[in-house]
Amino acid sequence: MSAIIPEILAAHNITPGEYERILTILGREPNITEVGIFSVMWSEHCSYKSSRLHLRKLPTESKMVLVGPGENAGIIDIGDGWAIAFKIESHNHPSFIEPFQGAATGVGGILRDIFTMGARPIAVMDAIRFGPLNGARSRRILEGVVSGISHYGNCFGVPTVGGETMFEPSYAGNPLVNVFALGIFKHDEVFYGRATGLGNPVIYVGAKTGKDGIKGATMASEEFSETSEEKRPNVQVGDPFMEKLLLEACLEAMKTGAIVGIQDMGAAGLTCSTCEMGSRAHTGIEIDLALVPRRESGMTPYETMLSESQERMLLVAEKGREHEIYAVFKKWGLDAAEIGVVTGDGMLRVKENGKVVAEISNRALADEAPVYNRPFDAKPYRPAPMEAPAMPPAADLNVDLRTLLTSDDLCSKRWIWEQYDYMVRTNTVAGPGHDAAIVRIKETNSSVAMALDGNGRYCALDPREGAKLIVAECCRNLSTVGALPVAATNNLNFGNPEKPAIMAQIVEAVEGLADACRFFETPITGGNVSLYNETLGEPIYPTPVVGIVGLMKTAQPKPVTFARAGHQVILLGGLGTCDDTHFGGTQYAKQVLNALWGLPPRLDMEYERRVQAAIREMVTSNAVESAHDVSTGGVAVALARCCFGGVGVEVALPARTMRPELALFHEAPSRVLVSTSDLAAVEHIAGKHRVPFHLLGTTGGARLKIGDLIDADIETLRQDWENALPAKLGVR
Amino acid sequence: MWQTCSYWSSMKFGVVVFPGSNCDHDAWYATSRNLGQEAEFIWHDSSSVGDVDCVIVPGGFSYGDYLRCGAIAKFSPVMQAVKKYAADGGLVAGFCNGFQILTESGLLPGALLMNKGVKYICRPVGLATATANSPFTNQLKAGEVVTYPIAHGEGLYYADGRTLDMLEAEDRIAFRYTDNPNGSLRNIAGILSEGRNVLGMMPHPERASDPLMGCTDGLKLFQSIVAHHSASLTTTK
Repeated sequence: MSAIIPEILAAHNITPGEYERILTILGREPNITEVGIFSVMWSEHCSYKSSRLHLRKLPTESKMVLVGPGENAGIIDIGDGWAIAFKIESHNHPSFIEPFQGAATGVGGILRDIFTMGARPIAVMDAIRFGPLNGARSRRILEGVVSGISHYGNCFGVPTVGGETMFEPSYAGNPLVNVFALGIFKHDEVFYGRATGLGNPVIYVGAKTGKDGIKGATMASEEFSETSEEKRPNVQVGDPFMEKLLLEACLEAMKTGAIVGIQDMGAAGLTCSTCEMGSRAHTGIEIDLALVPRRESGMTPYETMLSESQERMLLVAEKGREHEIYAVFKKWGLDAAEIGVVTGDGMLRVKENGKVVAEISNRALADEAPVYNRPFDAKPYRPAPMEAPAMPPAADLNVDLRTLLTSDDLCSKRWIWEQYDYMVRTNTVAGPGHDAAIVRIKETNSSVAMALDGNGRYCALDPREGAKLIVAECCRNLSTVGALPVAATNNLNFGNPEKPAIMAQIVEAVEGLADACRFFETPITGGNVSLYNETLGEPIYPTPVVGIVGLMKTAQPKPVTFARAGHQVILLGGLGTCDDTHFGGTQYAKQVLNALWGLPPRLDMEYERRVQAAIREMVTSNAVESAHDVSTGGVAVALARCCFGGVGVEVALPARTMRPELALFHEAPSRVLVSTSDLAAVEHIAGKHRVPFHLLGTTGGARLKIGDLIDADIETLRQDWENALPAKLGVR
Repeated sequence: MWQTCSYWSSMKFGVVVFPGSNCDHDAWYATSRNLGQEAEFIWHDSSSVGDVDCVIVPGGFSYGDYLRCGAIAKFSPVMQAVKKYAADGGLVAGFCNGFQILTESGLLPGALLMNKGVKYICRPVGLATATANSPFTNQLKAGEVVTYPIAHGEGLYYADGRTLDMLEAEDRIAFRYTDNPNGSLRNIAGILSEGRNVLGMMPHPERASDPLMGCTDGLKLFQSIVAHHSASLTTTK
């Protein structure tokens, strides 16, 4: 056996300190298989060693939360005997190296996290980030990622009901692919990844194991360099058809009652599923690799344990009832093989043809990874100045509005979401294009609403306030469709945590998320951390993404767009305020002034909560005919969106307290545009919640007129907005 | 109009389930819950379709559709049963992947190729009813425009000129796109078999059968099937 030399440890991202710890745990030198096992389980991706200390600050409980962080997905009770499982997870690094498969397997991985708990996935959403579309490589990555999501989700048969897509130069070498999935089940039919019951058989099901994806988790915990493309063999290859069979077979096998624990093989494959299931149940697991169904011969124990081949699950069955499980998997034409047994000694013992090739305590691998209190600066890294640049008076606000509506960030994303089957399973009450997606649950009278939000610009300027703003925005999106936000999941995308100024971004953002999620009573039930998103030393904007779910009675949704002429248009929450400093994170600053500076918009959470309560009541009581959240691009862009149903509007802005471009395009939160035929009802509800509102004007005509500032033909504007993305991609 | 029809007889739909079918449940839900008829699933290795009054071959990715859409499904035991059922005059409707399977199986002429734009498209589209003379469209009027969603990557209907002429001459085109989304020849969205008892179409009527989905035009197609079935029971009495 070759001695473990420093080069081997370096190649596995194991520090000298960590190696000391391994020696202490084992009481001997590890062999190469054991080094591999430690390296993936103690990787940033699997162990959260840099973030764990700070993640503890997040609120995780409420009376609805059945299962919080630590399991494969969080679960909340939605009443009527039903529950939902949901989580967001990143596949950033693989998507940069191989966009199609990277994104596809990102979808596959999160779907398995949902159905391994016994829930049937009913919705997927994606938050994706790329470099600006004037770059050929960014266009190629975008097309690959969208095709990958489309390929996997459509074939699997889960609707992709929403998401968000944004562009910044900092994502050019580090695209982000964060996939959210949500599933439903009876609240008393939850399955856990626990290897309980001494002597129970450990059964491997699904696809065969190959050499793909070996050490993917380790790769996801490194910065990129010029040679990163050489890591392509580390990217897994997905088979959505296999996953669909695995879903149906697992849900059917669960119904037999013979399964005592189950976990998917995702990052770190067989290694992670065995030691985590054993650790959670305080048991040991002994497996023999010779029994693992393999796609190719000559695979070493190291390769077999670290393979990240997709569409595989590990389950523990009740001894004596294995045949019930085998019958189900045979029906679906899938491999199922007994590869080991649950033991009482707490060890992960890996054999090959009876000979022990690795032996490590499950707890040491799953729960005793080092936890680092990484040093962090008092002030997070800021890629922008505080001072506003000299701003010449706006030349032509109509041109500026068009610039915003056709920009990478704000243009219609129809070209993307029409590639996703957003309707399969016929539950999508509100799909892409709405402020939040609404998916009805056929078995009850309730629907689940869901939204994803992130804003790298805000967080680059102030990670703490930026994080609060995205939670507020996400809850407002849900409230605007009439749903009560109840729980959240988060995906923390940051640069290298070993740099104190980056670590400071992480700490600030997590504390901001914690504050806001506590305030809005949306505990975080799970999520994912993706660090080392740097290429050649350039970090991404700090990009926490939140996915929040809300509940509502099933009902026809209110449109975003004005329904007909003659309705009164109201800006609920008022015009808001903004000065030059708080204008620097806006889309206007980005698209028109080509700059980033200052601070993100100010948020008053108490006020925000009242606005949300008011809009929720207006929508659910049918006091309004349409509702649309005012967010990026400000009130002018929101008004334009409301006109794109074909009904125009003429509005007067309240007395000028700001320069025109600030009034039109600033991005203060806590505002919603509604149209109504019942002004008294709106007034009454706004008054009840002590929320100011401005009657802006009346719908009608074919133009968007905002005071003497904007006057545009809405059909021309809509076509420009719709055609911008295909034009940038050169596909039309 | 359908409201005037009497539904004194209930009928039973059978929805085929292949490994990889994913619109099977939607078809079941539309025919049972939205339409109010009986519906049951038929597993792909069944050698008979049972006592159903209409077979639906649903959308999805049968057997993964890796080789060519529907190319594996045509060899399944259930498709041999469906062929026999259709040959005996039974009603068979294939939507999306179901249409692809019916053409692969030889129950309908032509083939479905990659969309003109080479991308998957999910979108509600307008369909002009090309004939009301069929078990599937008798509650529609010729020329009546309905909105059904499409959701496919390979939906470009192709057949040689002679076949297309024949389909037109025999009034066997069921639906045409009003704004062709995929490059289908002669805007064809759905066709009928020679005996008019087999329908294949790329759009999804089962996704347009519930008020919550924003459109219930799809019910007219299912109600046509019920009306046809009721009438056939009356005439055989």
